[in-house]
Amino acid sequence: MKLWFKSGSPWVWMTAGAVSVSLISVIGLLLLIASRGLTYFWPADIHQFEITTQAGVSKTIIGEIYEKEQVPTQQLVESGVLFKETQGETVERLLIKTGNREYVDLDFQWLLTTYIQQESTPTGLAVFERSKNGNFYGYLDSIIQDGKVVTENKNQLLAELIERAVELNDKALDLQNGEIGAINYEFERLRLKQRKHELEGDLTEQVKLEIEAQRDALQAEYLTYEKELFEYRNLAKRDSVIIKDMRGELVTIQLNYILDVIFPNDMSTIEKLGQFGKQIGKFIVNDPREANTEGGVFPAIFGTVFMVMLMAVIVTPFGVIAAVYLHEYAGNSAITKIIRISVINLAGVPSIVYGVFGLGFFVYMFGGSIDQLFYPEALPGPTFGTPGMLWSALTLAILTLPVVIVSTEEGLSRIPGSLRQGSLALGATKAETLWRIVIPMASPAIMTGLILAVARAAGEVAPLMLVGVVKMAPTLPLDGNFPFVHLDRKFMHLGFHIYDVGFQSPNVEAARPLVYATSFLLVTVIVALNITAIGIRNHLREKYKALDH
Amino acid sequence: MISMAPDMSNKKSSIIDLSNLQEQQIALRIKSLDLYYAEKQALENITMNIPKGQVTAFIGPSGCGKSTLLRCINRMNDLVDTCKIEGQILLHNQNIYDKSVDVASLRRKVGMVFQRPNPFPKSIYENVVYGLRLQGVKDRRVLDEVVENALRNAALWNEVKDRLHDSALGLSGGQQQRLVIARAIAIEPEVLLLDEPTSALDPISTLTIEELITELKNKYTVVIVTHNMQQAARVSDQTAFMYMGQLIEHADTNTLFTTPSKKKTEDYITGRYG
Repeated sequence: MKLWFKSGSPWVWMTAGAVSVSLISVIGLLLLIASRGLTYFWPADIHQFEITTQAGVSKTIIGEIYEKEQVPTQQLVESGVLFKETQGETVERLLIKTGNREYVDLDFQWLLTTYIQQESTPTGLAVFERSKNGNFYGYLDSIIQDGKVVTENKNQLLAELIERAVELNDKALDLQNGEIGAINYEFERLRLKQRKHELEGDLTEQVKLEIEAQRDALQAEYLTYEKELFEYRNLAKRDSVIIKDMRGELVTIQLNYILDVIFPNDMSTIEKLGQFGKQIGKFIVNDPREANTEGGVFPAIFGTVFMVMLMAVIVTPFGVIAAVYLHEYAGNSAITKIIRISVINLAGVPSIVYGVFGLGFFVYMFGGSIDQLFYPEALPGPTFGTPGMLWSALTLAILTLPVVIVSTEEGLSRIPGSLRQGSLALGATKAETLWRIVIPMASPAIMTGLILAVARAAGEVAPLMLVGVVKMAPTLPLDGNFPFVHLDRKFMHLGFHIYDVGFQSPNVEAARPLVYATSFLLVTVIVALNITAIGIRNHLREKYKALDH
Repeated sequence: MISMAPDMSNKKSSIIDLSNLQEQQIALRIKSLDLYYAEKQALENITMNIPKGQVTAFIGPSGCGKSTLLRCINRMNDLVDTCKIEGQILLHNQNIYDKSVDVASLRRKVGMVFQRPNPFPKSIYENVVYGLRLQGVKDRRVLDEVVENALRNAALWNEVKDRLHDSALGLSGGQQQRLVIARAIAIEPEVLLLDEPTSALDPISTLTIEELITELKNKYTVVIVTHNMQQAARVSDQTAFMYMGQLIEHADTNTLFTTPSKKKTEDYITGRYG
C-alpha cells in the first residue's frame, strides 16, 4: 500500500478522476438540455383515451402525453380524487396536452391510469398549429372552400389551402412590417422635423405647407397599402375547416389562424424526422407568439449575437490600448500596480452592479445629455436616454474589459525581447515596433481575451435587464429604415428569454420545453461564437508562431 | 603562444596604422566613454577609433563589457532604464548621444545583428523589406530589387529565391542568421554591428557567416563581438581586447595575436584565463 502511494499512481487516479467528473458533468448537462429541448420539436403520437372517472362520468380525451409520474395512492385518496384503495402503493398518472384552449378549462390535464378504459392512437387525428390559442387536436370533418363544403380528398386539399392562407398572411405581414412600417417611421420623422422647426423658431408657413404636403402624400400611400393589406387578409379568411374535437362537437376554424396541420399518427419515422427538422427551423427563424410561449426566437438570437458583436467591437480596442499602455509605457511604479490590481478586481464585481452603473451613467447621464443635445425635438420622449442596444453593449464592454486587458498584457509579456530589439535595430521607433511586430504577435492572446469576454457577455442577463433587454421587442435593431442600424432600440436576448418563458409565463406547462429548447439554443450560439473566435485565434497563432525560445 | 594563434597567411593585408589614422579613414570615434548600470560601472574610459571599411573585433572574457560597448554604438543600451552613459561616440563628427540625434535614424546608419537569429514571424521577403517599409518605400520594383541584392550580398539568394514568400521561421538557424544580416544590410547602413553572430550556430553555418563577413567589409564597416579568438583572428583586420570594462589593447589583428604589447592580452590569448 505504501509502495502504491509512493509510485505516484494515486495522484494519477485523483487527477484523472477530477477531469472525468468535470467532463461527465459538462456532457451530462448538454445531453439533458439537448434531449429535453429537442423532444419539444418531435411530432409525438396523439393518443385517444376513453375514460371513466371515479364519479362514473365517461368521456374521451385526445392529446399528447407530456409526462408520466407515480403518485402515492394515499395522497390521491386523501385529496378525494380516488375513493377506494386500489392495488399498489402508487398510481401512475399522465400529463396530457389536450390543446383546444378556448373550449376546455385547461389545455394540460392530469389523467390517472386507473381511469383509462381504452387507449389508442387512431389514424386521421390531426394537430392544427394555430397563430392564436395554441394547438387544436381533432378529426378533420370537412372543409369549406370559398363557401362550398368539400369532403372529398380533404387532407390533400387542406394542405394546399393552408399553404395559400399562410402565404397570404405572410404577404400581409411583410406589407405591415415593410412598407407600412416604413411609412409610420416617415410620419414620425416628419413630426420630429416640424417640432424641430418649432423649437428653433423658424417654422414658416412655407415649411409648414411643405411638411403638410409630404404628410398628405404619405397618407395617400398609406391608404393604398392599407387597402392591399385588408385585401390580403380577407383573401386569407376565405376558407375554413370543420373539425370534430374530443367532446364530439364540430368546431369551425378559419384557415387564416392555422399555420400548419400534421397527422402524426399516420406519419412514418422519416416523415416525422422531416417534420422535426422543419419545426426546429421554424423555431430559429420565426418571431415569438402568444406571450413568448409559442413560435420562434429569432429576435432573441439576433439580439444576442448583435449585442455580443457590438460589445466585442467596443471592448477590443479599449482593452488592447489600455493593456499596451500598462505594459509598454506605464513603467513599474506603485501607481501602475494599484491600477493593475484594480483592473483585476473589476472582474470580481457582481454583474448586476454593472447594470446599475450602466443605467445611472450611460442611460440617464450620457443618454440624457445626448437627447438634450441632439434630439431635443423628440423630448420628453427619450431617444438614447432610455435603455437600449448601445448601452447594453457598452455596459457589457466594461464588464468584460478586465479579461481583455489581463490576457493582452499576458500576450505582450510573452513576445521575445530579441524581436523587439531586432525591430528597433532596423530604425523602427517604439510605436512602429508595437504596431508592426508586437501587437500582431500578441493577437492570439488578444483573441483569447476576446473569447473569454464573448463567453461571459453572451451568458450575462442580470445587467441587461436594467440597460436594454425587453420581453418583446417589436422591431429589430437592424432594418431597412434609415439609418438602418438603430442602436437606441431595445432588444430581445436569449438569456432573458429563458428567464421570461420559464418564470413569467402564463402557461407554465407549455413553456417548460421551450425553456430547455432556448437554453440549448443559447449554448449553441455561445459555442458557435467561441468556435469562430478560436478558429481565428488558431489561424493567428499559426501565422505568428514565434521562435522557440 | 604561436600555437594558439591561427594561421594568418591567407589574410588580405590591408593593414592600417591605427595610431596614425587619417580623418577620412575613421568610421567611428569613441571618446572617454563611461557606462554605469545603476551604481556599477561597466565601461571605463574607453577611447578608440574604428577604421572605415574594416572588420574590427572585440574580444575578451565573459562580462568584460565587449557587448555593452557594441550596443553603445547604436544606442541599444537606451532600452535599459538604469543605464547611464558619459563620454562621446562620434559618427561623422556628430556625437550620437547628443540630444538632437534621432535614435531611429542613427540605427538606420548603424545596423545590428544579434547573438541568436531573430527573424520576424513574417515571410522571408517581408523580413528583408522591413526596414524599407518603415521608411515608407512602397514601390514594388524597388523592394524586389533590394530583396535580391540584400539576399545575394548575404549569400542566401540561391537558397531562398524560390520561396521568398514562405515564412522565415522555416529556415535553418544559419540561414536565419544570414537572413537577419540581409535584413540589416537592406537599409544600407554605414556600420554593421555583429554581436556574437555565430555563437548559436553549427560549425558549417559559422563558416558561411565568416566568409560573408569578409565579403561585407568591402561595403560596410563591420564591428564584431566574439568570444572565439580563432574567429576574431580569421575574420577581423583590427582587434580590441577588453578586460573588466577597460580597453586593454587595440591593434591590427596580426600584431595583437602575435606580439601583444600588454601582459593581460598575452595571458588571455594564450589561454591563461577567460
